[in-house]
Amino acid sequence: MATPARKRFLWMSRRAPHGSVQAQEGLDALLMAVAFEQPVSVVFLDDGVYQLKRDQDPARIGRKNFCAGFPSLGIYDVHDIYAERESLALRGLREEDLLMPVRVVDSAALGALMEAHDVVMSF
Amino acid sequence: MTLTVEGRVLETDPEGYLRRLEDWDEDVARAMARADDIELDENHWEVLQFLKEYYEQYQLAPPVRVLTRAIAKRLGRDKGSSRYLYRLFPDGPAKQACRYAGLPKPTNCI
Repeated sequence: MATPARKRFLWMSRRAPHGSVQAQEGLDALLMAVAFEQPVSVVFLDDGVYQLKRDQDPARIGRKNFCAGFPSLGIYDVHDIYAERESLALRGLREEDLLMPVRVVDSAALGALMEAHDVVMSF
Repeated sequence: MTLTVEGRVLETDPEGYLRRLEDWDEDVARAMARADDIELDENHWEVLQFLKEYYEQYQLAPPVRVLTRAIAKRLGRDKGSSRYLYRLFPDGPAKQACRYAGLPKPTNCI
């Protein structure tokens, strides 16, 4: 039997979590890729780093706290999760403000990260 | 749509999933199962309990693969198969079990 095709995916999530459905759709699509056993890395940048903010309570604006789903990614062997250093700094977020440990990378390193993956998905 | 359980009228979506997780209790699960001709036993409850805990933590329903793996770990290998789960929940373990557990319809699983 032929081995199913596998591509290395890089998920780039750059929108704030609750202002649009973009970020949540991004997580749904990511879980789909993972269900098909594709290797996935994730990077949060620009307003996307707000998705990693801990202790969110979006129920008060009628939104589900879908960001709680990110820590489940480890269960699916998604361990390469990054946040861009400049995006965090610009928004006053420190690593201890985040809901899970991530690798903080410089903006300059993102190019190499994109180069290392076959498919880049942007949400 | 609504579901009436012990005199309480609960709101559901068109497919019978509870609109509000807070409305759930064991009587709700029993009533939903009874409507499908299923009598819930301890094996069903174990799965429902797992789903509720997972959802509470991650705000997501687990994909079937995760569900089977977790059940195997917690309850033994013989129970950690999709065959076992389909026997308990013939309409698809995630869909049907999520409904009984009061969770919204899973977006990306069986």
